[in-house]
Amino acid sequence: MNIDLAFTIFVLAILVGFAVISKVPATLHTPLMSGANSIHGIVLVGAMIVAVTATNPIEYVVSFIAVAFATLNVVGGYVVTDRMLQMFRRKPAAPKAEKAEG
Amino acid sequence: MNLDASIIDPIVRLIWLGGAVCFVLGLIQMNSPATARNGNLLSAGGMAVAIGATVLWLLALPPTGSFNPIGWAVIVAGVLIGGGYGFHSARTVKMTAMPQLVSLFNAVGGGAAALIAINEYVSHASANQIPGLQDNVATVLDIVIGSITFTGSLIASGKLMGLKITPSKPVRVPGGQLVTTVLTVIVVAGALYLWLGNVSLPVAMAILAAALIFGVTMTLPIGGADMPVVISLLNSFTGTAVAMAGFVLNNPLLIIAGALVGASGAILTKLMADAMNRSVLNIMIGGFGGGDSATTTVAGPGGSVREVSMDDAAIQLAYASSVIVVPGYGLAVAQAQHGVRELAEVLESRGVDVKYAIHPVAGRMPGHMNVLLAEANVPYTQLREMDDINPEFDRCDVALVVGANDVTNPAARRPGSPVSGMPILDVDHAKNIIVMKRSMGRGYAGIDNELYTNPKTGMLFADAKAGLADLVSAVKAL
Repeated sequence: MNIDLAFTIFVLAILVGFAVISKVPATLHTPLMSGANSIHGIVLVGAMIVAVTATNPIEYVVSFIAVAFATLNVVGGYVVTDRMLQMFRRKPAAPKAEKAEG
Repeated sequence: MNLDASIIDPIVRLIWLGGAVCFVLGLIQMNSPATARNGNLLSAGGMAVAIGATVLWLLALPPTGSFNPIGWAVIVAGVLIGGGYGFHSARTVKMTAMPQLVSLFNAVGGGAAALIAINEYVSHASANQIPGLQDNVATVLDIVIGSITFTGSLIASGKLMGLKITPSKPVRVPGGQLVTTVLTVIVVAGALYLWLGNVSLPVAMAILAAALIFGVTMTLPIGGADMPVVISLLNSFTGTAVAMAGFVLNNPLLIIAGALVGASGAILTKLMADAMNRSVLNIMIGGFGGGDSATTTVAGPGGSVREVSMDDAAIQLAYASSVIVVPGYGLAVAQAQHGVRELAEVLESRGVDVKYAIHPVAGRMPGHMNVLLAEANVPYTQLREMDDINPEFDRCDVALVVGANDVTNPAARRPGSPVSGMPILDVDHAKNIIVMKRSMGRGYAGIDNELYTNPKTGMLFADAKAGLADLVSAVKAL
């Protein structure tokens, strides 16, 4: 992949990010921040590439930390976002029914 | 694994593209509460598939030409440890402590991106090989941005946890501006030196150290109330750092995902700052020790304050036909969201119509209050957004303000006040107002709230959690 292609992808992805995000209502901003936070856990792919190309102890240590960090980001991020969103889905059909005026 | 590289490679790249599409569609689905959870699951699915494809790719076509057993052991160990801790902490964290956990996840993401660049630079330097200019630029930017976001997010997380070494109040860094200037000079001069084609490990390490310290000195002086904006900004930084890691490793998936998050974080940061009537620049300059946050003090209170007793408040609430609850930052801090739901249920059982007015920045992050109340089983339909609820204050008998301050200050409607122009809840339009608050202390903007001196307002001085519990028993006793 040459640099102008990579840069093109970069710029277009930024524009997509702007377009997608500006539509989200304020209510969902915290889950959104958390969800976006999980997406950059994709750095795990990079950490894995670094790990399999490592050749000396320092590189193994560095790549181990990078893999552990990135996985923490991915797994923790998605799980905590799901927990937040799960709560939004609980609709008012909750057990406590609206009582008649009394 | 004797599959041809010319088949596997394009397939893996197509799967990566599929993962990126899932991220975008997932974010689109997060537009509405009804589809948000599916959106997150779609994004997670895309992530799982992309990582799975990467495993296949690295096994079938090892970049070094042969299977690297130690490398794979490192990956398995890292995934188990990082994933295990991540899963556990995300499952067990209290919802009120969630912002600091998000900040921690953000920190390690930035850390991982920085480590990739550091690793890349060290191997270039030890081979005494000058990386191409574009690799060089991306590598240095990755180290700088990743390191700033790593230490900055850790400090932000510590501040939200209220750790002693990172108090939530602004901390003045001795010689703040001088330190910032020196660090900036080190980073910029070092980066230019490396970009001009010199290979120097010590210079790269100096840049790394300066960026790590910069993250600390940038975040320490910022007050706890501004932390959401800072975390969001750092989230955007991490995305950018990951995109840079994509340039370093020549990987399109990292570039796309990183750029997406970089853009989303930037938008979200601006939205948050706007809702608080602050500019991102002001917050960060305050952090750099240049300015002091909102020191403008308007002349003292223009009237006297009326105090209301617990029983009087209970009677007003119990005999109202409609009540609007205005929860704020103070409620989140006191973790009183269950108390407020209990009060609402007691009132509803008496036939009172209860709604919640949610200001866009109520809580510690935009939307945070919705999460806290949802966790306390408050029906989603009772939560009303600002524009939706504002006309209803005119018809409401009692507005109960719990731990909210600046977002209710009518002074925002006039020019000349530090909160001028900030969107507020029209609490002062209600027939009666009860403000539950610990003291007459000022809100984040550091000014007096004119709502408190309104003749319709009764002040109920109590801690949100204990006060709501007392109020519940007082209503029950009626």
